[in-house]
Amino acid sequence: MSEHADTAHPALRHHFDDLNQQHAAGTLGMWFFLVTEILFFGPLFFTYALFRSGSLDPSFQNAFIAASHHQNITLGLTNTIVLIASSLTVALGVYFAQTNKKKPLVLMLVLTLLCGVAFLVIKGIEYNQHFAHHLFPGQGFHWDGAPELARGGQMFYILYFCMTGLHAFHMVIGIGIFIYILMRAMRNDFSSDYYVPIEVSGLYWHFVDIVWIFLFPMLYLIDPASKH
Amino acid sequence: MSKKKTYEAEDFSHHVTSMGTYFAIFAALMVLTALTVWVAFQDFGSLNVPIAFAIATVKATVVVLFFMHVIHSPKMTAAILVGSIVFLGILFLLTFSDYLSRFWPMA
Amino acid sequence: MTTDAIDSAQTPRHEEGTNYINAEYGLLSWLFTIDHKRIAILYMISVTALFFVGGIFALLLRLELMTPQGDLFTSDTYNKLFTLHGVVMIFFFLIPAVPSVLGNFILPLQLGARDLAFPKINLLSWYLYVIGALMGVVVMLLGGVDTGWTFYTPFSTTYSNTWVVPTVLAGFIAGFSSILTGLNFIVTIHKMRAPGLTWFRLPLMVWALYGTSLIQLLATPVLGIALLLIAVERLWQVGIFNPALGGDPILFQHLFWFYSHPAVYIMILPAMGVISEVIACFSRRKIFGYKFVAFSSLAIAFLGFLIWAHHLFVAGISVYSAMIFSFLTMFVAVPSAIKTFNWTSTLYKGSVSYEAPMLYALGFIGMFLIGGLTGLFLATLGIDIHVHDTYFVVAHFHYVMVGSVIMAYFAGIHYWWPKMTGRMYPEWWARLAALLVFVGFNLTFFPQFLLGYLGMPRRYHAYVPEFQVLNVMSTAGATILGAGYLLPLIYFVWALKYAPRASANPWGASGLEWHTPSPPTTHNFEDTPTVTWEAYDEKAWLKEAEKNV
Repeated sequence: MSEHADTAHPALRHHFDDLNQQHAAGTLGMWFFLVTEILFFGPLFFTYALFRSGSLDPSFQNAFIAASHHQNITLGLTNTIVLIASSLTVALGVYFAQTNKKKPLVLMLVLTLLCGVAFLVIKGIEYNQHFAHHLFPGQGFHWDGAPELARGGQMFYILYFCMTGLHAFHMVIGIGIFIYILMRAMRNDFSSDYYVPIEVSGLYWHFVDIVWIFLFPMLYLIDPASKH
Repeated sequence: MSKKKTYEAEDFSHHVTSMGTYFAIFAALMVLTALTVWVAFQDFGSLNVPIAFAIATVKATVVVLFFMHVIHSPKMTAAILVGSIVFLGILFLLTFSDYLSRFWPMA
Repeated sequence: MTTDAIDSAQTPRHEEGTNYINAEYGLLSWLFTIDHKRIAILYMISVTALFFVGGIFALLLRLELMTPQGDLFTSDTYNKLFTLHGVVMIFFFLIPAVPSVLGNFILPLQLGARDLAFPKINLLSWYLYVIGALMGVVVMLLGGVDTGWTFYTPFSTTYSNTWVVPTVLAGFIAGFSSILTGLNFIVTIHKMRAPGLTWFRLPLMVWALYGTSLIQLLATPVLGIALLLIAVERLWQVGIFNPALGGDPILFQHLFWFYSHPAVYIMILPAMGVISEVIACFSRRKIFGYKFVAFSSLAIAFLGFLIWAHHLFVAGISVYSAMIFSFLTMFVAVPSAIKTFNWTSTLYKGSVSYEAPMLYALGFIGMFLIGGLTGLFLATLGIDIHVHDTYFVVAHFHYVMVGSVIMAYFAGIHYWWPKMTGRMYPEWWARLAALLVFVGFNLTFFPQFLLGYLGMPRRYHAYVPEFQVLNVMSTAGATILGAGYLLPLIYFVWALKYAPRASANPWGASGLEWHTPSPPTTHNFEDTPTVTWEAYDEKAWLKEAEKNV
């Protein structure tokens, strides 16, 4: 690719020499942002590990199992599949942008957004069930299991709401980003020369997917067989 | 004099991953998801947690390598990722060093 | 004299052309600018305002402590004063001061780049900073917060009746400003260096900012979560950190200090970068042991993550864990000492001149030495148990944060002032201010080492009468220090209009920032420079300069 062709590209920002430099900077920037994200979710994972391991209070081990029995595995599994499917559509979106296929690209972006919204709707249904069962932590929390497990059960739901809430917040941001990407795709902004905004937004989306990949077994699948 | 760029721009790869690869990865992720659920209902004793964690890690690695194209990216990308996990590991390791030894008897 | 040679060699082609200051006019052209230099100026103005707010709190504290009785403020008011002093000074002054003001201005210039990698994100991070700072100001107007800047639980989550949630959210937002700055810097350093500017030709300021950015990216999000969890715990009335509800207050301290200890290095590392630049310039020598100084920045950034629990020695953590943290803490002394030795070795046989930046830099070395070595006292378990929560700790961290970081910030402001504004500053007044700061600072804080060693606890508005002499000394010193900080504000404003114009390179310094006119044009360089010399290599650089005549 010659430098002259690059310089002429309308998407080239003034402070970069060529599109290659601009793309490299954008991609690297997103990766460093994901570093921050890893250390943003990380302490919650640590807090979860600390309480679930029973290092502070051994009764929390059983409390977490009992609390997770209130989780709806079917809905959790559905959401996992929806989210992984959305990761596939994002990846295919990058592929169609790289190969200059606009219509499939737009389709993939629309599918991604639909998956994202579907995830949030299902999450909302779950939250609604938790509220109905008084599982939201705080004054209204009601524990119908063994009373000695109540504190640990509430701790599980504090972490559940913090982690899934933060994750859902990232989903909302991701949907916003992909609405913007979709509008640009429909405006014919992207081509095999210039697709990095999709790639970079995709990195964020995949990261949010990975967080869920870990959250699913942590929050839904703690010894489900022991539920009677 | 030819102006050589030092900003590592050659590190940017325009590799195109094929559709077939993407679908294969998706299929693998679905199988691993099914495996996660199946494993959770089995009783492996104290191994259940490590197994669940291992499967999730494999899934995450697959996503990172193929969907996020790390396998075709400069080594720097993988280094950044591993580096951040190392620092998260420091958080886990050193903080647990407190909690796990807090009730040890004094010598 | 070399200065003249460099000046004539580097006279810009457009002598009276436009520059970044006069390129556009009007308030909006500043508020919506994406020029890193203008954003740096925005940061400078806002950071200075917050510095004086925090300074007023400090003076009020010192005023109360002139007498042993708690006569000026109630203990509640005193709690709020030291909390606001800490919150403002740390989150809204020290963290952004050197990176966001000096780094923002100088980093792209030193790299030969036209701007930072993400100019809009740079502006966004200033706005986030302003939103955070305004929230802090609103909290002050509403009646303040009394938890201490550390927000220790369960007091902050359960018992305090002050504005904890808005304050932690202000810190959270300011944290994101810091993260985005770090992100911008790190990508810029990786991807936007001028041709020929290899890693080992980078000025040491760039290495220092690189280390700083790594910490900002890796540590700040942990603080973000810790602060969010405080808000969650307060708003939902749950007990992640409350032992009565099964939580653990020390968990908060772990998460908080996982950020807040490395945060000390967010403050000190770029300050060390400034000192390396100033010492190399005013000793007219290549910095001694360049690679050691460069790598010591990364070593400090890394080791800074292994030692946070030395703040928790008496908080109830495991004794075994405390031993590990005590041991690891000692290691930070190594790269810090490497830097100090290399700076002093640079001075040796250098042709040293004592302009104001150099006076601040020399002051920095002394203050950092005292601050750093007393840190080793505190890292030692036995001594820490004795002096924990006394004025010894207060003196120690003020030697590092005020004596070192603010000294370096002032060194940097004076050093790059001609580049930033195109004007010199009044040298005599600047030297006087440097002297006042040095004397005032030591008079304020050295007595506090003695007070702490004698057992005066921190954070009380009253004390036993035998401590009064040392406290009066400290308050007297604070007054001198205050004058020393006010003086530059006056003469810098004066200098904007009346000081003589600065040439492109008034100090005869090396580094790409001196290859542009003062002040630089909006795009920094007319042609992207090609670097063929090693860092601080004055001779090779001069030859280069002569070639350009």
